[in-house]
Amino acid sequence: MLSRTADHLYWMARHIERAENMARVLDVTYNMSLVPNAAESEAALWVTALEISGNVETYKHDYFKHENDEYTAAGVIHYLAMDINNPSSIYSSLRSARENAHAVRVAMTSETWENINALWLEFSQFIDQDLAKNGLREFCDWVKARSHLFRGVCFGTMLRDDAFSFVRLGTFIERADNTARLLDVKYHLLLPEQEEIGGAVDYYEWSAVLRSVSAFQAYQKIYSDSIEPWRVAELLVLRRDMPRSLHACFDEITLILEHLSGARQTECKRLAGELHAKLRFGKMRSIFQQGLHEFLEEFVKANNKLGAEVHKTFFSIATS
Amino acid sequence: MKNSPLSFFDEMQINLADTDAASVRAIYSDYNLWLKSVPHHQLNSKRQEAELLFRRVGITFNVYGDDDGAERLIPFDVVPRILAAEEWSRLSAGAIQRVRALNMFLHDIYHRQEIINAGIVPASILANSQYRPEMFGVDVPNQIYAHIAGIDLVRTSESQFYVLEDNLRTPSGVSYMLEDRKMMMRLFPELFRRYSIAPVDHYPQVLLKNLRAVAQDGVHEPTVVVLTPGAYNSAYFEHAFLAQQMGVELVEGSDLFVQNNSVYMRTTQGPQRVDVIYRRIDDDYLDPLVFNADSMLGVPGLLSAYRNGGVTLANAVGTGVADDKATYIHVPAMIKFYLGETPLLENVPTYELSKPDDLAYTLARLPELVVKEVQGSGGYGMLVGPAASKKELADFRLRIIANPSNYIAQPTLALSTCPTLVEQGIAPRHVDLRPFVLSGKTVTLVPGALCRVAMKEGSLVVNSSQGGGTKDTWVLQEAIVDNSSASATLDNNVEEAVTC
Repeated sequence: MLSRTADHLYWMARHIERAENMARVLDVTYNMSLVPNAAESEAALWVTALEISGNVETYKHDYFKHENDEYTAAGVIHYLAMDINNPSSIYSSLRSARENAHAVRVAMTSETWENINALWLEFSQFIDQDLAKNGLREFCDWVKARSHLFRGVCFGTMLRDDAFSFVRLGTFIERADNTARLLDVKYHLLLPEQEEIGGAVDYYEWSAVLRSVSAFQAYQKIYSDSIEPWRVAELLVLRRDMPRSLHACFDEITLILEHLSGARQTECKRLAGELHAKLRFGKMRSIFQQGLHEFLEEFVKANNKLGAEVHKTFFSIATS
Repeated sequence: MKNSPLSFFDEMQINLADTDAASVRAIYSDYNLWLKSVPHHQLNSKRQEAELLFRRVGITFNVYGDDDGAERLIPFDVVPRILAAEEWSRLSAGAIQRVRALNMFLHDIYHRQEIINAGIVPASILANSQYRPEMFGVDVPNQIYAHIAGIDLVRTSESQFYVLEDNLRTPSGVSYMLEDRKMMMRLFPELFRRYSIAPVDHYPQVLLKNLRAVAQDGVHEPTVVVLTPGAYNSAYFEHAFLAQQMGVELVEGSDLFVQNNSVYMRTTQGPQRVDVIYRRIDDDYLDPLVFNADSMLGVPGLLSAYRNGGVTLANAVGTGVADDKATYIHVPAMIKFYLGETPLLENVPTYELSKPDDLAYTLARLPELVVKEVQGSGGYGMLVGPAASKKELADFRLRIIANPSNYIAQPTLALSTCPTLVEQGIAPRHVDLRPFVLSGKTVTLVPGALCRVAMKEGSLVVNSSQGGGTKDTWVLQEAIVDNSSASATLDNNVEEAVTC
């Protein structure tokens, strides 16, 4: 297939996935804000939402006008959901997804295209809404539902060809990145002081993390025990049967790259295989010895590099 | 000057002042009964449903010079234009005849130029800016230049149709013919049971077959692509639609490159050879090395590969010289010259303002005439005398005097009207008709056309860029039983074909 087409499909899927994950982060943070004493302050709570998406500095630049300005729920919600100047806001992600889709509408089924087009048309109902005041839950639910619908319509209607593979590839590379960041920020925040683990707030904090990746019920089912940070980490890193875990993402990614590369020995295939092996054969104990934060940081970097390799291998063909 | 509605031919009513059922033409009588039985608000809600669906599917176009760059819908009218089987067979035979002659003219003008030597077309045509000297002596497969042609027809009376213009470069609108039909079948399935309407949805298959047929000799499984200027082009929807319907790649200039006189596209598996390009980019932007050097849309080296037989372009480079308004007047003579036939479709009488007599006549009667720029299109740069203000007339007069050879003039035609759903209800609005003629191994057209309608009362400008809308065009498969004449059934062969 055309390199440009593959490029657009891949990014369409990444942007949808990004919007979904952002909605999950907002949803969970909002829930935490309803738990008494969940955080020292409104600012301390909401800044974590910015940290997950790596947006703290740009937020400060755009929103802090005076020296004493604090992070506010209203500011962060607007910035992450609706700000057209924030390239990773839900607004920007969905707009990019729709633009990418529009550019290659031929390469997908008409149902897939119409689904994304309808998503964008429906989005306008939220634009003038003050989400911090009301409607944030409904908005986040809507984004998640549209993302589910998007994957469903791709899965249910698209020919199992390269186009389909690039859509899936975008979804899983983005998802792996998002899960790793989320876990990293939360883990980093909670653990260093090594105190009060198992307290009520921790319980809510960690159950919120689990819920944000739709893993709360899975956790109960698998461990049927109190929520322990290291088990949460195991669930989201190593469990291959947990659909948003790093391992599950790389099960898919390696398969897809195997298929897309065909007989070619591509660097992206090798890189994905290497990461996959770490997740497949890794042990939680040694990951903790190395430091979970270091492990996740390295993972995010390697995953980014994989993205760059995918670009080099499939999207930018030299002319001769 | 305001024309009374009585002076126009209406497709449905014999007499617009008389809304009695007896005044309805035979082909519309069934439809009229149905229309009378449907309340206005129901038609309106159908129209809104159509708009919603079109918006959801993204059947939109971009308007140049529109600030917000928003995608707009072309108004869709729920009342169809109906053509009788025998009317259609006359029109399609005429359109095919015309396109055959035009293709022969294009081959001739880029080779031996016999029509000039015979004194039928003046040699000045070679100085036309649409004439491409780069094409002289170049042989194209099957000697076909205009693979896709849109012939604009207007009707002024029961039997009188005129060819308004030929579109031989990158004619657009066929996606509306197909989508309007789909929409009508969805909104009013009961009508499709009442009427036996010739289907049109095989158009993309015929197009693909033709495009594959014009690959260079020796290519067995030709790769066909559609070349678009990109998602911001006004007709992008159509480019995407046709590529999808044909199951071929939709490419932009940057997806292609030329090597050793062959064209390749950049794919995820490396370069892949391209044999036939259905291009929807104008000549001027095709190849920055030869034409417009600033063009970001084209492919460097494309023309050289094309001239050396490395790839087929549809339509060919240089077809603009044949649909130019200065050439238009010679088409009836071309038909006689190349085919030895009498033209089946008539031209609109046309005054060439480069001729002093015609200029004087035109300037004396400006308020009655339509004046067009020789190379204008899309309804831009044109004067409709009867609808123009005094100031517009005075301004246009100065422009004509400054450069007479840039203009032609035609009588203001009493374009037929067709019942159309407007705010007040059903009212007559002016329409035209653009059937699409496809040339490959054979010259064919599917039994249907783009019908454009001027949504404003009294307006004669149907272009979508000027607020025109579209209607589904129904070609009936069987002759309608009329009280006054015996019925005749045409055979079921819905495609007319003439072997080249």
